[in-house]
Amino acid sequence: MIPVIVIVLGIVMLGAAFAAIYFKSLLASIISAGVISLLASVLYLILGSPDVAMTEATIGSGLTTVVFLFALYRVRKGNPDD
Amino acid sequence: MISISMLSLILGIALLITGIFAMLTRKNLIRIVIGFSIADTGTHIIIVSLGYLRGRTAPIIDRAVNAADAVQKVVDPIPSALVLTAIVIGLAVTAVMLSFVVEMYRKNRSLSIDDYQELKW
Amino acid sequence: MIKYLAVIVSVVGLGMIFLPIVTGFHEAEQLSPLAAQYVEGSINDLETQNVVTSVIVTYRGLDTLGEVTVLFLATVGVGLLLKGTQEDRLLMPFSELLETTSSVLVAMIMVLGIYIFSHGHLTPGGGFQGGVVIASGFLLLLLASSGTKINHLVLNLVESVSGAAYVGIGAAGLVLAVGFLSPEILPLGDFGRLLSAGAIPVIYSLIGLKVGSELTSILVTMGGE
Repeated sequence: MIPVIVIVLGIVMLGAAFAAIYFKSLLASIISAGVISLLASVLYLILGSPDVAMTEATIGSGLTTVVFLFALYRVRKGNPDD
Repeated sequence: MISISMLSLILGIALLITGIFAMLTRKNLIRIVIGFSIADTGTHIIIVSLGYLRGRTAPIIDRAVNAADAVQKVVDPIPSALVLTAIVIGLAVTAVMLSFVVEMYRKNRSLSIDDYQELKW
Repeated sequence: MIKYLAVIVSVVGLGMIFLPIVTGFHEAEQLSPLAAQYVEGSINDLETQNVVTSVIVTYRGLDTLGEVTVLFLATVGVGLLLKGTQEDRLLMPFSELLETTSSVLVAMIMVLGIYIFSHGHLTPGGGFQGGVVIASGFLLLLLASSGTKINHLVLNLVESVSGAAYVGIGAAGLVLAVGFLSPEILPLGDFGRLLSAGAIPVIYSLIGLKVGSELTSILVTMGGE
């Protein structure tokens, strides 16, 4: 059962990785990168490291996404298109 | 039956290679930083999966793991500790990279890597 | 076109480097001797439930000190790069409902963060996770209440005092116990109590305060005031 969960997680994470690379919109890319980190924290829990899972969930998918969004906001203020 | 750690190892390597591919091919500066972040996650998954032992549980001594035979029941704590600090460093490095991107954009009004050719020969 | 070819060749080459790791991989049956010693030492010598915490704070404490230093340098770097680029605040004022709710929520988030880093030696979590939770509380304040002014003096004071106390406790271990960052300067106490494991909860709380104030400072700088 658990290997199946890991395989599903892996497929979704790789899909999100390619979405983060190829999506036209930068906002969608940033959110996809956050999804990768969130699913990685589930994987860490399965691998028996709850400490790492907590860190990845708070930092990887929380603060990193926020920092990206702040940078995107600052860059985009000049030209609202794109 | 293929093991969980093997699957995670393959997934981590795939993510690492995807991230490096993104860093090498994308033109947008923010997208290059996203590629770095993906490669970072891949590396962390590789390290954690190397520390997993089949059928064992988290290295926390409580009712599920009594102190007498803890060595027989827990996964390796060292990769967890290393990755924990590496994730925090990853956030700090990402923040510095994004500050550079913002600063470069303020100077040149462009996010495309093709417009920064001062060091190209 | 040639560039794409070069990229593909180098990525495939990288994959080839990793191939022997995958094919030669076999899951270990036992903990490595070093890890087994850490687990036993954490139970018998340090009275710490969470083995990962004892590895981070004590056995590899010097690593963690260096890591906190890197985080500090990154904070300084972000501040230096974005200095003098004060942007106007991100968002317009919100409804009174949102502001009131967020100010109530912030207190709970802070308590959760303090709980996480003070129980780092008993449950999953610790200084880094707790610090991030505290920083996210400040982020909520920054985003949801229009009138928030973060006091940089207090932020810098908390950051530098906790950093200095961290190094000071480490140096006290040289005099009072067996070495730098040794937790035995305080009584080890009973296994599984909040006040146990010697100086480990103290050190991890200081790390939590330091990480929290540094990340808050990064967020404030990047978000613009």
